[in-house]
Amino acid sequence: MKFSGFRVFAEAMRGHKGWRPLWRDPEPQPGYDVVIVGGGGHGLATAFYLAEVHGIRRVAVLEKGWLGSGNIGRNTTIIRSNYLLPGNQPFYEFSMKLWEGLEQAINFNAMVSQRGILNLFHSDGQRDAYRRRGNAMHLSGADAELLDQDGVRRMYPWLNFDNARFPIKGGLLQRRAGTARHDGVAWGYARAADQRGVDLIQNCEVTGFRIENGTVRGVETSRGYIAAGKVGVAVAGSSSRVMAQAGMRLPIESHVLQAFVSEGLKPAIDGVITFGAGHFYVSQSDKGGLVFGGDIDGYNSYAQRGNLPVVEDVLEGGMALMPRIGRARLLRSWGGVMDMSMDGSPIIDRTPVEGLYLNAGWCYGGFKATPASGFAFAHLLATGQSHPTAKAYRLDRFARGHVIDEKGVGARPNLH
Amino acid sequence: MLIPHPLLGLRDAQEFTYLGDASLIDRPEGSDEAALADYVYLRDNPAGLHRELWFHEQGDRSWLVVTRNTLTHEIVSAELARDVALARKEGVA
Amino acid sequence: MTRLTGGLIDRSQSLSFTFDGTRYTGHPGDTLASALLANGVRLVGRSFKYHRPRGIVAAGSEEPNAMVTLREGARAEPNTRATMAELFDGLSARSQNHVGPLSFDMLAVNDLLSPFFAAGFYYKTFMWPRAFWEKLYEPAIRRAAGLGALSEQADPDAYDRGFLHCDLLIIGAGAAGLTAALTAGRAGARVVLADEDFRLGGRLMAESDLLDHAPATQWIASVEAELRALPNVRILPRTTVFGAYDHGIYGAVERVADHLPTPGTLVRQTLWRITAKRAVLAAGATERHIPFADNDRPGVMLAGAMRAYANRWATAPGTKGPVAIFTNNDDGHRTAVDLMAKGVPIAAVIDARARSEAQGDYRVIAGGMVTGTRGRLGLRSIAVQHSGGSESLSVGALGVSGGWNPNVHLASHHRGRPVWDEARLAFLPGQGGPGGLIAAGACAGQGSTVDALADGHRAAVQALADLGLTAPALALPHAHPRAENTAPIWHVPGKRRAWVDFQNDVTVKDIALAHQENMRPVEHLKRWTTLGMATDQGKTANVTALAVMAELTGKSIPQTGTTIFRPPYTGVSLGVLGGGDTGTNFRPRRLTPTHTWAKAQGAVFVEVGPWMRAQYFVRPGETYWRQSVDREVLAVRSGVGLCDVTTLGKIDVQGADAGLFLDRVYANAMASLKVGMVRYGLMLREDGTLYDDGTCARLAEDHYVVTTTTANAGPVYAQMEFARQCLWPDLDVQLISTTDAWAQIAVAGPKARALLERVVDGFDLSNEAFPFMACAPLTVCGGTRARLFRISFSGELAYELAVPARYGNALMARLMELGADLGATPYGTEALGVMRIEKGHAAGAELTGQTTAQMLGLGKMVSKKKDAIGAVMSRRGGLGDDSRRLVGLVPLDASHTVTPGAHLFTAGAHPSMDSDQGWVTSAAYSPHVGSSIGLAFLERGDERMGEVITAANPLQGQSVAVKVVSAHFVDPEGGRLRA
Repeated sequence: MKFSGFRVFAEAMRGHKGWRPLWRDPEPQPGYDVVIVGGGGHGLATAFYLAEVHGIRRVAVLEKGWLGSGNIGRNTTIIRSNYLLPGNQPFYEFSMKLWEGLEQAINFNAMVSQRGILNLFHSDGQRDAYRRRGNAMHLSGADAELLDQDGVRRMYPWLNFDNARFPIKGGLLQRRAGTARHDGVAWGYARAADQRGVDLIQNCEVTGFRIENGTVRGVETSRGYIAAGKVGVAVAGSSSRVMAQAGMRLPIESHVLQAFVSEGLKPAIDGVITFGAGHFYVSQSDKGGLVFGGDIDGYNSYAQRGNLPVVEDVLEGGMALMPRIGRARLLRSWGGVMDMSMDGSPIIDRTPVEGLYLNAGWCYGGFKATPASGFAFAHLLATGQSHPTAKAYRLDRFARGHVIDEKGVGARPNLH
Repeated sequence: MLIPHPLLGLRDAQEFTYLGDASLIDRPEGSDEAALADYVYLRDNPAGLHRELWFHEQGDRSWLVVTRNTLTHEIVSAELARDVALARKEGVA
Repeated sequence: MTRLTGGLIDRSQSLSFTFDGTRYTGHPGDTLASALLANGVRLVGRSFKYHRPRGIVAAGSEEPNAMVTLREGARAEPNTRATMAELFDGLSARSQNHVGPLSFDMLAVNDLLSPFFAAGFYYKTFMWPRAFWEKLYEPAIRRAAGLGALSEQADPDAYDRGFLHCDLLIIGAGAAGLTAALTAGRAGARVVLADEDFRLGGRLMAESDLLDHAPATQWIASVEAELRALPNVRILPRTTVFGAYDHGIYGAVERVADHLPTPGTLVRQTLWRITAKRAVLAAGATERHIPFADNDRPGVMLAGAMRAYANRWATAPGTKGPVAIFTNNDDGHRTAVDLMAKGVPIAAVIDARARSEAQGDYRVIAGGMVTGTRGRLGLRSIAVQHSGGSESLSVGALGVSGGWNPNVHLASHHRGRPVWDEARLAFLPGQGGPGGLIAAGACAGQGSTVDALADGHRAAVQALADLGLTAPALALPHAHPRAENTAPIWHVPGKRRAWVDFQNDVTVKDIALAHQENMRPVEHLKRWTTLGMATDQGKTANVTALAVMAELTGKSIPQTGTTIFRPPYTGVSLGVLGGGDTGTNFRPRRLTPTHTWAKAQGAVFVEVGPWMRAQYFVRPGETYWRQSVDREVLAVRSGVGLCDVTTLGKIDVQGADAGLFLDRVYANAMASLKVGMVRYGLMLREDGTLYDDGTCARLAEDHYVVTTTTANAGPVYAQMEFARQCLWPDLDVQLISTTDAWAQIAVAGPKARALLERVVDGFDLSNEAFPFMACAPLTVCGGTRARLFRISFSGELAYELAVPARYGNALMARLMELGADLGATPYGTEALGVMRIEKGHAAGAELTGQTTAQMLGLGKMVSKKKDAIGAVMSRRGGLGDDSRRLVGLVPLDASHTVTPGAHLFTAGAHPSMDSDQGWVTSAAYSPHVGSSIGLAFLERGDERMGEVITAANPLQGQSVAVKVVSAHFVDPEGGRLRA
């Protein structure tokens, strides 16, 4: 079934009787060419691109809960490609290009909305660093503009310019950045993968890997053993737990990141804005909620919830930057488990176990990477080769000294 | 969160900064690059009890080893990291 | 205005207020909702999607419909529940989410188009043509979405935060909360009693039941009086405990001044962080409704709310006709009885249960269902189906009671799942709740007054026992026992739309469609239909929706799913979460010891982390910052300048093993440093990357002073403490941060020695006695303790003189006074920065945390003879192979500018990621060179001196030809330093 305005009209006229399930609920088959562990955004996207690009359709996605229940269902929906380092920037720009064609590729409106991201700076040093970054963006074919204070004022005249502890000096603007409807991304990929023959299996927890002579043969699950030619793991915050079942320790700590949404408001903030002198970033959803967040809580956690100090820290930043939001109300908060890597950059690589592949370490930036991550992981699973934009995301880069450390804080996951 | 400081009693976690797994106490001696790489980069990252290092930066400046459940945030114990480190050294010696 | 008898309103005073510009009156004790109802206002808003006319549904914080924008101007507060807005004189409120007048909303056309707006429709369309999404579809959706609007002005009110510590926090001051408070208060426990209402009593105020044969208000008053007299009890009305956090910490917001026309000298709200050893959750329960066709018209209310309006606020629910009740339980009948007692005519009680008896003189339709309603802007009649057929009843209002949902929210904030109680048809708090939290009363399923009173006492006794306190006996007041007997009737089947979530317009049909499309897990259901995502967080909708989905799937409710809740319990203003630290108070300012002096000298200050530092000093006649900076640079290079460098971190290292310890902390050797000398040092992170640089001075055999960069003063200290306590606890060494203890002033320039000679107390400053990189403790200005370091950041003959911080300001003034004839000139961070670039010293822009010692050309400083933090890892391939080196750059054309952040390319190369050769880290106009100069990291930079390359800044459309030169623009031989 193809989604379209016409179809919506036709179904409305006949009482919505024709809508079919967005995806099947198949029983697991005894074996697959590829088993993807994790039915989050990256896993679903990987399955879609395996089927779509590589024609590999004997694929199962195993999800221990419900599809999209990981970080794809709990993030602040920002998409952008404003990275500094050569290991990252081309990958994220590739992702941005996939976002730009996503809805047509998966026939699902994920509400990709390029309303821009503005990273504010408050000192000459920050400005120079953003200039270096903006130039790196240009060099990878991305768009970037460096705004001075007047330029920022023209875009957002209501920011706190005149009574600030750290006055706004300008900002780095990427107009092609923006937001996408996070659940829609998961559902769109899921539906498109299902339509291409991928089995999406919910309530199916992987409890172990069957490894013989250094080669993975399949996975043990809560719904029985499933054989697999190759196994791709994309389980974000659970990466360490799952890979421990294959005897691996990872350069990853799991941390909690809180995010917040306000009550629905008439349009007040057009694009995404990040504060450069505190931990606060915000956008407004199409439904009207201000969607915002800040720093991770800073301690290892699998609890999917955080604590008050970070809530206060985020809103101190919010109120310092935009005192007009004071009378809006926080409606919901939530916590996601972040697979914080040791250099703040991801891993898309084979592992020492033959046939077992890992997609992890996305820190708090996995959402924007969803299309490229799926594309690159599918490429790796299908061809055995790293995708050209993801060549740096190797597991051995830490030991070899090729870290991709955007923030320059070293092996301190809670500082990335 | 509240951290039961062994000398000062319950203190707000906001007074502390966090480093990570207490295995960072066990720094490999010598110049074995591979051992150091494992030490610097690899973590057990358990879902459950986790021994971890907290620094009482806005307090008495002691480093603590706190045993905390990463699933529930429940804290089981807190010790002075120096005591832990000295005990390890004695164990090794 | 029509009022019933009784109620907790003060009829002796009238309060005037406006709603949508029309003036009304109410009384103290009213909420905006009760006052609107008393004035016969039924239509108060429009729904989110279909813009359906909506009225007040509830009497508390669960209200889904009656959202208004309260107050005017900068204080306008969107999405305020009329049920929670305490009436004050002059209150003004406006309805929301309509185009044109509330009674004739142009967007009500959406309701006619509703077949096209089924659950999830927007995921299926608006995809073609692609460019139309941002340009056309999305802006239209955004304009239509949202509810109220922000004022677009800065919030003018103040907020505060506070910390409370108690033995027992009691959340909710209804029947259970009050007996819990009384029990704990009498036991001497430190008690905090918080309730979101402005009066204590909770649901007791809404009921007509007697306590000890007297109105419940009398018992409430006596309890409140006793609690207020107890010094160990703190009562916080108007306070919502919105979240349960770790280790007994709760977040609460006290609405200090929201009931006043303006806060005056008060803060508007206070954010309380309450640390409680134990807590009793006595948050009550929320009534649920029963979806039936067109059940959302103004005039359809929750039956319990109707009773509350009659009993507490003396407000008749239906002025346009008699009242009907639709119920599946006994509690619905109670509303009929109470309304009749107040003289409100009852058309009928339609009881969905087959067996039902009237509790008074009214008609009961047993086994009946409400199947429809009529009335465009307010309820006029209802259609009823029963065993005898169907009939239409003309009514002014309909009360609906579908049973009660315990308010388990806080009990599930730690992700503990509520458990289904089939007997009560309700979710109760489950395992995994916040430690030390005990649920009591209606939120624990003990909802009758008798049970709630007893359960509050029980919970307090349990909490006290945990705390080792003995509970005194408590005589509970006598109350009338009641039962609810709710039948599992969750909605009325039918073809028309029956609303489950009023605010977000989610109907039974939408849930059925979600089922049809396989969006069956409860989280998919919520996200696909937006059920429970509105400002009321689905308080009246979620459980009913689960029941409908359960019916569709043929599973039980608990098999279908549970919903767990996250903070906040109800909406919390963003202003109060910021705690009032706004504007320039966002973060504290750290001032240097010479701040007062610098201010008097016309310094312009700049934020450097938390510090405010003098950036440059404006002299009369200088109109542009560069004039001041160039003058300061030239003054230093030709005479003597003074700069406060206190912000650099200082760490005292003492002990017999101090040298050994520093050998392990620094990449280069420090144990071999002679007493009285200073050495430049590099600290690495354990991963081998450069962490920080600074000087290390040895004042005595067992005493070193380490300096760090300003930014890393804290982190380096923490790292050194880690090394001391965790890595090498056996060493005899002690550390203390002395950054704030010593004021440090750089005295730089060829005349520095001449100036210093005028302040030191008989100290030999000659080159022989005190050479470059010497240090010493001494006294200055006639006996003031001081430390002197002969170190230079500018490249000139220079010293840094430290005195106890309190003398810093005076020392600066003295040096300026004594140096007047030498041309002593104060200089700020800009001149400091220019001179360090001229000298090729790395600073923050070079020490990015991605830099290695090799990149600075200092690879040889990393000693191979000893183990130090990061030494081994610094030799890994990826770091060792990095050939980028620090170089200087000058523009080929002296009128051009070197721009920091520009990327470097071989001349003629096409700029791309692959041809990228490095970047400009820092740049400045150099008065010494007479042009713009820069520092840069360049591939093989050390081998490319003299090469002309391109510094490209495509971001700003610039490209400049630059020549690679040594980073040491000034005095590369170092003669001046040693002069």
